[in-house]
Amino acid sequence: MTTGSAPPSRASIDRAGPWVDRAFGAHAIALYLFLYVPIGLVVLFSFNAGDRTGELRGLSLRWYERAVNDSFAMGALGNSVIVGTWTALIATTLGTLAALALQRVPRRVRAVFEAITYVAIIIPGIVIGIATLIFFVNTFAWLNPQLAALWSAVGLPDPPTIGTGLHTIIAAHVLFTMAIVIVLVRTRMAGMDRSLTEASYDLFATPVRTFFQVTLPQLRPAIVAGALLAFTFSFDDYVIASFVAGPGKPTLPMYVFSSIRRGITPEINAIAAMVLTVTASLLLVAGLVYRRSSRIAAAQPAAGLEPVIDGGLR
Amino acid sequence: MTRSVAGRWRSTAATVLLLMPAATWYALLLLVPLVILMVFSFGGRAPEGGYRPDFTFANYAELPTRSAAFINALWMATGGTALCLLIGFPLAYYLATRAGPRRTLLLVLVVVPFWTSFLIRTYAWLTILGNNGIPAWLERLGFGHVVLLNTPFAVMLGIVYNYLPLMVFPLYVSLERLDKRLLEASKDLGAGRWATFRQVTLPLSSAGLLSGVILVFIPIMGEYIIPALLGGGKVFFIGNALVDLFLQSRNWPFGSAAAIVLIAVILIAVTIYLRVGSRAGRTREVSLL
Repeated sequence: MTTGSAPPSRASIDRAGPWVDRAFGAHAIALYLFLYVPIGLVVLFSFNAGDRTGELRGLSLRWYERAVNDSFAMGALGNSVIVGTWTALIATTLGTLAALALQRVPRRVRAVFEAITYVAIIIPGIVIGIATLIFFVNTFAWLNPQLAALWSAVGLPDPPTIGTGLHTIIAAHVLFTMAIVIVLVRTRMAGMDRSLTEASYDLFATPVRTFFQVTLPQLRPAIVAGALLAFTFSFDDYVIASFVAGPGKPTLPMYVFSSIRRGITPEINAIAAMVLTVTASLLLVAGLVYRRSSRIAAAQPAAGLEPVIDGGLR
Repeated sequence: MTRSVAGRWRSTAATVLLLMPAATWYALLLLVPLVILMVFSFGGRAPEGGYRPDFTFANYAELPTRSAAFINALWMATGGTALCLLIGFPLAYYLATRAGPRRTLLLVLVVVPFWTSFLIRTYAWLTILGNNGIPAWLERLGFGHVVLLNTPFAVMLGIVYNYLPLMVFPLYVSLERLDKRLLEASKDLGAGRWATFRQVTLPLSSAGLLSGVILVFIPIMGEYIIPALLGGGKVFFIGNALVDLFLQSRNWPFGSAAAIVLIAVILIAVTIYLRVGSRAGRTREVSLL
């Protein structure tokens, strides 16, 4: 028996016996195999010297070579990097600003805004794809005649037409990644020490100086983690991009998806292995940054990660 | 006095300015389009596709022609959520109570696959379930010709594989926070293992359980990639119908009606979650006293 507030040892709360322990352990091992064997096979077959996935005929890097020299794949990769970078920049900026503002708005406004934020995170990608497509189609249908009228009024030839493209994908990705940043930054704010801000004011710092010297350094881990996650989710998205992408400008997931539809080749495995490496390392960095911040704040690390996971829905 | 009023006004203006970009984004790209979607769902179809203003219930009346997609999604989302729960709970329990010092690492290992590319994880099963994969092995072992790909089994497998981490994580969080002294008390009061699990562990982890269920159920309802790749056109969800209606056949009014029904199903799920959740919260408070 343990007494007082000391945490009881496991043996005292659960004398289930070694066979129950073993059953739980075996279940866990089976699940880890279930989670990792398929990914491992993708990576393994990316090194296949043979032509077919499923039959390993020695190891080689020929599919990596093929992937790197595939101009369509590399073009799509470039598009994805552009979209991911802009998404991360815009989502992080807008999300952080909104999170700062939410501290100071009336409770009802905050509740509504938070509700919309959670809707943006949890709603399936397909709905976001449709909603943003509707917005862009209507906007362009209204905007382009206006532009044409303006151009002819001024007497210029060839009025520009605005259509879908990488910018529309970025706008759609910002919608849900911004919501993730808002949740992350707000979680961080909740764990922040208010007395530091008050001390700053007591020492006659201006609000702007207080923000840059006290608030922002404390928020930085959440902002960095938010930016990395925004990039990753944008980089990974297929469904939303397929709705609002412009003609001839596919993202990497769009390229991979259409390649799979045409037939499986080890080249896709090579691309997949590279994507896995990049996203896993980015997430590792995001996780480490956020973890360190949680330790400093002595907040519960798990509470902050929950919304991160929600955000990964698409 | 005037200075403080001016200061307050400036502060309010700053707040509005800070909030405005995000609010505009939400309004233009999410809220207004949802209203338009509602309007479209009562509209008619223009000859060249797209939308023609009208007020008709014809699109909703036509929905039963796509009922298979709704039934598949609803049934697979329910079954997939239940499977994730059944498979994920023991793992979460193991991580929270028995994993020891490795548990942070083990938890990260559960979450990492979820964060890495969804498309690629689904693609992984395409090879495994395809003709060169498990069916070939089964045939060599003398099981005859087995088809795994493009079946409901393949889609369900893809669902459990992709969404399991999303179930395990909230379950782990609530099990980990569970006050171990309550289990001790239950044991001291003579309750057996099963009684303790049912009367203490399960009610106290209900918040995580509910979060897990809603986090898994909603995205599966809107799933597109898994049925598209592993269902091969034979098993399709609302998501697949929506892609077809909006991007291929361009029947926007009908597509809008289907989308509205999908959103309605999600809203119902969230409402149930909030109702049950608030009740579970009360139970929790009582039992902690």
